[in-house]
Amino acid sequence: MKFKHILGLLCAASMSVILAGNASAQDKTVKIGGIFPLSGNAASTGVHTKAALEVAMDIINNAHPELGNFPLAKNAGLAGLGGAKVEVVFADNQGSPATGQNQALRLITEEKVVAITGAYQSGITLTASAIAEKYGIPFLNGESVAANLTERGFKWFFRTTPIASDFAKIYFDFLRDMKAAGAKTDTVAMVHDNTEYGTSVATVITNVFKANGQSAPIDIAYAANATDVQSQVLQLKEKKPDVVIMISYTSDAILFAKTMQALDYKPAMLIADDAGYSDPSFIKAVGKISQGAFNRSSWSVGPAGSPTALIAEMYKKKSGDEMDDTAARQMQGFFVLCDAIDRAGSTDPAKIQAALKATDLKPDQLMMGYKGVRFDDKGQNILAAGVMIQLQDGENYVTVWPKANAEKAPVLPYKGW
Amino acid sequence: MSIILVQVIVGGLLLGAIYALFSSGLTLVWGMMNIVNFAHGDFVMLGMYVAFVVYTLLGAGPLLGAPLAVLVLATLGVIVYFGLIRDIMKGPMLAQILGTFGLALLLRYSVFWWFGANFLSLPENIVGGTFEIAGLRIQASRLLAGGVALLVTFGLHLLLTRTSLGSKMLAVAEDSTAAQLMGIRPDTMQAIAWAIAAGATGLAGALIATFFYIVPTVGETLGIVAFVTVSLGGFGSVPGALMAGLLIGVIESLSAYWIGAVYKDMVVYSLFLGFLWFRPQGLMGKT
Repeated sequence: MKFKHILGLLCAASMSVILAGNASAQDKTVKIGGIFPLSGNAASTGVHTKAALEVAMDIINNAHPELGNFPLAKNAGLAGLGGAKVEVVFADNQGSPATGQNQALRLITEEKVVAITGAYQSGITLTASAIAEKYGIPFLNGESVAANLTERGFKWFFRTTPIASDFAKIYFDFLRDMKAAGAKTDTVAMVHDNTEYGTSVATVITNVFKANGQSAPIDIAYAANATDVQSQVLQLKEKKPDVVIMISYTSDAILFAKTMQALDYKPAMLIADDAGYSDPSFIKAVGKISQGAFNRSSWSVGPAGSPTALIAEMYKKKSGDEMDDTAARQMQGFFVLCDAIDRAGSTDPAKIQAALKATDLKPDQLMMGYKGVRFDDKGQNILAAGVMIQLQDGENYVTVWPKANAEKAPVLPYKGW
Repeated sequence: MSIILVQVIVGGLLLGAIYALFSSGLTLVWGMMNIVNFAHGDFVMLGMYVAFVVYTLLGAGPLLGAPLAVLVLATLGVIVYFGLIRDIMKGPMLAQILGTFGLALLLRYSVFWWFGANFLSLPENIVGGTFEIAGLRIQASRLLAGGVALLVTFGLHLLLTRTSLGSKMLAVAEDSTAAQLMGIRPDTMQAIAWAIAAGATGLAGALIATFFYIVPTVGETLGIVAFVTVSLGGFGSVPGALMAGLLIGVIESLSAYWIGAVYKDMVVYSLFLGFLWFRPQGLMGKT
């Protein structure tokens, strides 16, 4: 018995030493929660995000003078907090809104994070950010596009990415330009899943088309993670729209590509709304049978030696894949959050919130092709912007629109395989 | 009837045959041992990865991948039976559920760890692409899977009804103590049943891999269909699973085409529940 007591005391003593050690380390580390789909059907995106944020941490926590004036790169750590290091506590949302919410609660109450970023799927960002709002913790989202996320009157929610309405406008302008160049764009069909992402993007596109005096697109909805999409492709084949807009996560996007080939269906023009079509594993799996697909993007590698090219190189070394738009938008969001913490000079959530509200980043301080970052009262970045890219060779996307940014001219019709 | 409608129905039949193919293993285990194998979808997933590995290492298609998947999964089936199932069968129902569920997660995340989360795919023409008959587009890979589904159903049915091995297996299923008194070893019979069931599931996976994406979580997407197919067909009835598979495939395709894909599951499941209300034992299950 005595031995057990001594052992117990020793354990307690060592525990307190460990805890004390932790406390002093915490002074120099800023903990940020990162909620992403690290398992489940969107895990391939989540794993790429994790790599992107790890590269961002490397850039912030170590000196990277080669990145020039890129914010937070030059010196090691956050200068505003005496060189404090940034640490992301990753949490897995498992592709479920309920899990995302629980993870937000855990990160805030147990991990004591000072801010949260995430959560990829719009439907999960919706639930996770509600917890952050309740606890008064800043939530920065860099990638979810469902419009209503910033329409909830939240005070702690900030979003850097362009949203569904921005892209709907881009699609509309792009189609108008293509029509002027001789393409047939009279009938448009949208294929979308029934998640928060799919339905909200489809609704917004419909509204923008109607507001501009065009007829509403044909609406083909399906349940996400489908086992079969033959009927949907046959519906398209029968209705013969000039343009098909695909709003799908990776699993369904791959199934659609395969089924379209099997049923020999090619629309004259196929536009993808990012998501699945930007996933590097989509391009590897079915890029060769999706040649000529248009996609939206705010990411471009840029000339050799530029900060963006260097970041892309670091990312490739870490993840083994090329940087894609989704991972890049998440990384950009994280930089904006860390920049705000740096300027706040504090880990007090209210001070970070104030710093986020005062954010005013210029295009040359960003890795994305936004016109800047400045939030409106709803927390939405009003300077977000995007371009159209095309998977011309089935392997790499090139910028094709607007003309000022274009690397190559858009190629029509959709080639497929 | 328009050609597109015929295409929808043909597509639905082929889809249904494939549903039947990956359900036959489940119905065997469920019907014979009264064990719900929640790892079933992940057995399909393993079969898909075997086909993928065979393709990347040897450049071979399902001609080599499928038999190898049968072999690998049958071995796994025996290991799982002796390592897990035999013991949890003695425990309460909850232990059985959690046991196979734990196995499902173990398999899923082992593959996740080894292969990563990326979506993989076999080349589209690995089984001869797509051909056209009278305006109908038929994917060779789906036709092959559908044909094999018929063969497997027929073969398993013959095995259970016409061979002494089948009779012994059924005897163990009926009353394992009585079977033991007759000189049949329940352990051996059940291990064989697991080997056959897992082997058939691996075969299904290897064939589905020729037209579906491959990812560690694919078992989740496919698994649920297998459970519905087996319940509708009748637990333990292999021909029932085939009929149920075909029925579900066609109803799904037609409702997705006519009403919309978002509603197809609603249609399938309300018909399913309605049917079970009248006939709880399923299409061909025993009362």
